[in-house]
Amino acid sequence: MPEDSIAFPQARLHIVTGKGGTGKTTVAAALALALAAGGRRTLLVEVEGRQGIAQLLGLDPLPYAERPVAVAPEGGEVRALAVDAEEALLEYLEMFYKLGRAGRVLKKLGAIDFATTIAPGMRDVLLTGKVKESVTRADRGRRVYDAVVVDAPPTGRVGRFLNVNSEVAGLAKVGPIKNQADGVMAVLRSPMTAIHVVTLLEEMPVQETADAVTELAGIGLPIGAVLVNAVRGTSLVDAKVTQAELKRGLAAAGLPTDRSTVKGLADEVSDHVRRVALEQRLRSELTELGRPVVDLPFLPEGMSTDGLYELADVLRKAGVRAP
Amino acid sequence: MTVLDIEALLTDPKTRIIVCCGSGGVGKTTTAAALGLRAAEAGRRTVVLTIDPARRLAQSMGLSELDNVPRRVKGVGGTGEDDSGELHAMMLDMKRTFDEVVLAHTDADRAEEIFANPFYQAMSSSFSGTQEYMAMEKLSQLRAADEWDLIIVDTPPSRSALDFLDAPQNLARFLDGRLLKLLLAPAKTGGRGMLKMMSASFGLFSRVITKILGTQLLDDVSTFVAALDSMFGGFRERAQRTYDLLKTPGTAFVVVAAPEPDAVREASYFADRLIAEGMPLAGLVLNRVHATEVPELSAAAALAAAEKLERADGSGVTAEVLRMHAGLSRLVERERRIAAGFTTAHPDVPVVEVPAEAEDVHDLDGLRRVGAALATKD
Repeated sequence: MPEDSIAFPQARLHIVTGKGGTGKTTVAAALALALAAGGRRTLLVEVEGRQGIAQLLGLDPLPYAERPVAVAPEGGEVRALAVDAEEALLEYLEMFYKLGRAGRVLKKLGAIDFATTIAPGMRDVLLTGKVKESVTRADRGRRVYDAVVVDAPPTGRVGRFLNVNSEVAGLAKVGPIKNQADGVMAVLRSPMTAIHVVTLLEEMPVQETADAVTELAGIGLPIGAVLVNAVRGTSLVDAKVTQAELKRGLAAAGLPTDRSTVKGLADEVSDHVRRVALEQRLRSELTELGRPVVDLPFLPEGMSTDGLYELADVLRKAGVRAP
Repeated sequence: MTVLDIEALLTDPKTRIIVCCGSGGVGKTTTAAALGLRAAEAGRRTVVLTIDPARRLAQSMGLSELDNVPRRVKGVGGTGEDDSGELHAMMLDMKRTFDEVVLAHTDADRAEEIFANPFYQAMSSSFSGTQEYMAMEKLSQLRAADEWDLIIVDTPPSRSALDFLDAPQNLARFLDGRLLKLLLAPAKTGGRGMLKMMSASFGLFSRVITKILGTQLLDDVSTFVAALDSMFGGFRERAQRTYDLLKTPGTAFVVVAAPEPDAVREASYFADRLIAEGMPLAGLVLNRVHATEVPELSAAAALAAAEKLERADGSGVTAEVLRMHAGLSRLVERERRIAAGFTTAHPDVPVVEVPAEAEDVHDLDGLRRVGAALATKD
């Protein structure tokens, strides 16, 4: 097993968070692919109504239904679901109260929106409740999904999103909502769950990663790995590059050796070296968090289907597999 | 592509409010602070209202912490002929702002009663949309005080950049809503047209909601809404006033993005929405744009030369430098393509680019550098 293995042998629920702009949706999708590899089935869940998964995969907006969206390496299937709090509430009410067509009428009236608005924590309980249901769902004694990956809210909001118990505490001390919240929390706190934080080697995302790890650990939630996205090379960091030497090299390569080319390249080198030095400092801050750290390469051509499979491959090599 | 003239925008006395908006992680708060600093040093009395600043940003303005009242930033003053400029900064405390709204409209006893209401406590600190609503409320307060030449407001890190335009109205619609009144006083409305038709469903809904949420919560909501209602005659009107304020010519919206597909897509939606609603869109700030010092040396040529050197076993360092340059050139090309996605869709929206720097801003000089880059006109 590689040194920084992110094999979480018992984890069936992978929750992916990270500061906005770090690429958490991309990483969540790559993780769902990696976990599905070799004939397994995974579910990739979106909870914020952004349709980020559909955009990433170039699909039409996802409905509130589990649809196959990708074939994993060596066989295997990724399904995707955009959870919607209104739909989840209707489903829930249907299960307990048999509303029938009245439920649809209530939705038209805006009643469902009202109910999720009046009780701020209820929306999150419904969303996480649906996630829990998909993790534990079985068909003829066999689990429907080998793993579930959630594209969760960003670091700033993820603590509140996952801490459903405290959210409903002031709201419902007994009754169905309280039971629902307790059930969700039990799954989230168990070794069945791993919460991964996506970051870039930049100051603010690293700071927010540290803050999120502290916050989540404080709530008693199991932290998985720190996934460093868009990692670029560390070449030249120990090299001494003089302009005279560059000039000789450029001449040998048959390139122009005028002053602006030589000086321009030398300036690029010093910027690059400064950036790499900063990245190394940030990396050691991440290492100090005491969680496995896995690098995902920068994809110079931007995100594409090929790029997604490349990231999935890196994750598999780091030890990711479904239990 | 038209260049966004930030200098003209900041120094025009008619500009009274600048709203910075965009998706999370694009440098919105830093942009707001840099704009504020530059305006102050051009002689304007400026306040920056941030929503959720990183500690480093507060520190960069020499403030150990930011709170709900404007704090003067030391070491900032007008530099030219007009040295009356000042920079103040503050951070939105949504609970306290909500408390202020309540206090301003009622007597102390009534306010105490509201503060003690569990629904008020939950709503003022965690209601979805409260942050957005209170940001707009605070903006109205600052504008009404008329102490400031320029107010720069950073928008909340919403799920979507559009939330902050909608949230105040959503909240107002909720508090003012027919449904709420129905639920709290179903007897009164039983006899009316369509509602009568719905009443069977509604009775069921009401029972279910009561069962799930409990009568206590509904009682709290009822007491709270009744108290608010008598206080300021409808949230909707208040939200509408703020919304109208944003449409006045003294306001300028600056959309902030980074050259990443998601951020630019979001910026594009936001520009469309502002245009559709007749909001004064000043332009786009594209942060963290990479550049090459040697644009005439393409990525392909640099890679070919690197390979040639490696085959000849020549200067290893030069080959590495050429590979690094090729990587940078490809990044620059990619960012160009992403930015073109915006400018093609919005050819009339002015844009200004801010170069990427390895390190974040740590002090006033860093903010000045960002400000200078924002004001570049080439």
